[in-house]
Amino acid sequence: MSTSSYLVQNAAVLGGEPTDLLLRDGVVAEVGTGLAADGAEVVDATGLVALPGLVDLHTHLREPGREDAETVESGTQAAALGGFTAVHAMANTEPVADTAGVVEQVWRLGREAGHCDVYPVGAVTVGLQGERLAELGAMADSAARVRVFSDDGKCVSDAVLMRRALEYVKAFDGVVAQHAQEPRLTEGAQMNEGELSGRLGLTGWPAVAEEAVIARDCLLAEHVGSRLHVCHVSTAGSVQIVREAKARGVDVTAEACPHHLILTDELAATYDPIYKVNPPLRTRADVEALRAGLADGTIDIVATDHAPHPHEDKDCEWAAAAFGMLGLETALSIVQETMVDAGLLDWAGVAERMSYAPARIGRVADHGQPLEVGAPANVVLYDPSVRRTVDPARSASLSRNTPYRGMELPGRVVATFLRGRPTVLAGALV
Amino acid sequence: MAPVPAQPEAPPGATPEPGRVVLDARDIARALTRISHEILERNKGAGDLVLLGIPSRGVPLAERIAERIASVEGYDVPTGSLDVTMYRDDLRLKPARALLHTEIPEEGIDGRTVVLVDDVLFSGRTIRAALDALNDLGRPRAVRLAVLVDRGHRELPIRADFVGKNLPTSLVERVKVTLAGIDDVDAVTIHGEPGAPAGERP
Amino acid sequence: MKRHLLSAADLSRDDAELVLQTAAELRSLADRPIKKLPALRGRTVVNLFFEDSTRTRISFEAAAKRLSADVINFSAKGSSLSKGESLKDTALTLEAMGADAVVVRHGASGAPHRLAHSGWVRSSVVNAGDGTHEHPTQALLDAFTLSRHLGRGKAGSLDGRRVAIVGDVLHSRVARSNALLLATLGAEVTLVAPPTLLPVGVDTWPVETSYDLDAVIPKADAVMMLRVQRERMNGGFFPTPREYSRRYGLDGRRMATLQEHTIVMHPGPMVRGMEISADVADSDRSVIVEQVTNGVAVRMAVLYLLLGGAQPGGEE
Repeated sequence: MSTSSYLVQNAAVLGGEPTDLLLRDGVVAEVGTGLAADGAEVVDATGLVALPGLVDLHTHLREPGREDAETVESGTQAAALGGFTAVHAMANTEPVADTAGVVEQVWRLGREAGHCDVYPVGAVTVGLQGERLAELGAMADSAARVRVFSDDGKCVSDAVLMRRALEYVKAFDGVVAQHAQEPRLTEGAQMNEGELSGRLGLTGWPAVAEEAVIARDCLLAEHVGSRLHVCHVSTAGSVQIVREAKARGVDVTAEACPHHLILTDELAATYDPIYKVNPPLRTRADVEALRAGLADGTIDIVATDHAPHPHEDKDCEWAAAAFGMLGLETALSIVQETMVDAGLLDWAGVAERMSYAPARIGRVADHGQPLEVGAPANVVLYDPSVRRTVDPARSASLSRNTPYRGMELPGRVVATFLRGRPTVLAGALV
Repeated sequence: MAPVPAQPEAPPGATPEPGRVVLDARDIARALTRISHEILERNKGAGDLVLLGIPSRGVPLAERIAERIASVEGYDVPTGSLDVTMYRDDLRLKPARALLHTEIPEEGIDGRTVVLVDDVLFSGRTIRAALDALNDLGRPRAVRLAVLVDRGHRELPIRADFVGKNLPTSLVERVKVTLAGIDDVDAVTIHGEPGAPAGERP
Repeated sequence: MKRHLLSAADLSRDDAELVLQTAAELRSLADRPIKKLPALRGRTVVNLFFEDSTRTRISFEAAAKRLSADVINFSAKGSSLSKGESLKDTALTLEAMGADAVVVRHGASGAPHRLAHSGWVRSSVVNAGDGTHEHPTQALLDAFTLSRHLGRGKAGSLDGRRVAIVGDVLHSRVARSNALLLATLGAEVTLVAPPTLLPVGVDTWPVETSYDLDAVIPKADAVMMLRVQRERMNGGFFPTPREYSRRYGLDGRRMATLQEHTIVMHPGPMVRGMEISADVADSDRSVIVEQVTNGVAVRMAVLYLLLGGAQPGGEE
């Protein structure tokens, strides 16, 4: 695929000693020190950390249907700039990705864009309606080879339907990624339920609405012997439930979003819907529990839940605004700030949480492999020493709804290689 | 009466500055007595009079004049207060000010002779505001003005009918009236070194 | 005073007392031949109502007009929630009209806060009720009414006075604002409601709470009944309207347990027979009609203090 070779010099692979990586013919051809360029283009990576290309299990690319918010082209550009070489595109598009036709369309758009690999997520139920299963097998067998199924944005709240889905996807080694939100407990909910929601007069979103569903699903997965993935865990109680289920041997994995690792519900006091997200921002104690869970492996992965929205859907009163925030271009910086710089995770841990594990859960063979000879040349070079101020106008996303506007964050993605071909060089799209 | 110390009430946050006493308690009492007699003379008795003090210090002055008239005439002149805050022409130049009390005697002002009472007459703007306020309250037969001190520097065609003391001042000086009841003692003092802000009651 | 009045929490004790004292002066205006003062001449006050509330709107309208302001009523029913004109576009329109103050009623909590802080308008914003958040001028008029009846000393202090606020606290903007303001003014507030109608975190509010109306009201100096909205009746917050009425309604029997001086308040509109019986609403203890009268004076005071002087944040 690649037309040229790249010699990455003096990169700290997983934060280790300076090492050279020769990327040729789409794979890591040589690893060592003092490698000869041998006609390859030299990339000086002195001071940079080399990580395997990041894999996002939870991205909203909005195409088809809401191309005003994001397209596969713009979303994958944002992904590449964030160091991602693969993203899973959530199914809540218009039309919903609940048929082989739609998932193949998204998959094909991703291939044409070429900024990173796009793995469509299939809807669990027809139209995300939570009433009957979509044709999961057809999506699995399609060219898109769907392995992750989710009604994300909505919860598969019906216990029987969830049980059937968990069972059914075993036939093709799929996984159901549950958006855990008990619908009756969250009718009209706007923000984390607590002292602040009572004071602000915003309908509360109790932690138990998430935890009850996670607990039930862990028991269901245990009962039917299926694997379960829990999307965007946001509460301390959820972390504990997952921790206990894992200890019992339940085949459950869980993700945390960058924003839940750094932002708290107090931001709702601004009534600025830039902070409105599903699940909602929680308390400082929840943030601490998520970080601890991510550090000890209870939380397997970081997933962005990158959710672009056009300006008018956020430039309004809180209750009228859409849920969600951008995440792809800031995820690695947030993880550095909250986990690496905090001493909770080293760069090898980051590779596990943001590349190896999400690729394993999504059954993505070409991503999430250690940077060793013969591995696909999916690499991100990251400079953890710089600080930058987030400027939404510079985002590759078509939307601007980042909650980090004006915030100073550490680190910068310098280069991203997809199968040996740079998608980002010198911090800019190639 | 006690001797009058030249120690005016200090404005908040400022060190008390001793002023020059121009009227002491005895002088003020004499001036008010004279004004009371002049009002009666001019009005040909106390009938149909209404005294309206302009808060804060015009109000006790009006009450003292009413006492004197009562002792001479044996008749209680209806007395009240008239806050002019909302009618001031400099309302928009400062943050919104607290309102002071307005109390119109039950008899009202229609067809009566209203005597406005204030402590210091300076630019005339307060009195202009008071005339506007009166206009919204009714239609007096006549409006007169009594002041304890006229310090000059008028900016409007307004003059007092009854004056306790004419006090030539420079614009940088401040004239301060203190009255027992609101303040510690009765006194009129002049303050002001060169460069000090101009009078406090424009 | 701050530039906007969005929450009762915006008011310090000094601010609140200034409003009440100013309202006390302005109340006498109603007895004068010319019910008008020139303080807001040339100022424009916009009543921006995204929800129907005739009584609040006319109260603000009367207040603004008595201060000689120009009043524009902008009824924007069918807010952006129902895909009408957005709050922002409405705000930009008002800005173009040169509004000095926007009095806003909106079904979404925080909408006035957005209006004030999103850079859409430069005018002062007065919250006339937002969602289930706050209704600060209602709390001010309630405090004013309380102060006239129960206030001690020249300033009408509410220190130590016991006020019971009874009913749907969870969804009540009146309860939120009153709890904050009355506590600021030194009153002892007890919220009385079934547990389902008390918000999470109410234990952090500066109030007491109780589930037992009969235990609270004999000690109260004032009992404020909150409306139970029809849509709550079937929301599963209590079994039946009849049971609610029995446990949390103020009827003649309960009224008989009140102290001699205790007054009964209601922000209106009342649901007679539900939270308050007709004989209580019409009794001598009821100050419900007076609350309406006081509303105009209090809103005049708020508008005067926000707009009467140099614009805070402007020249000053």
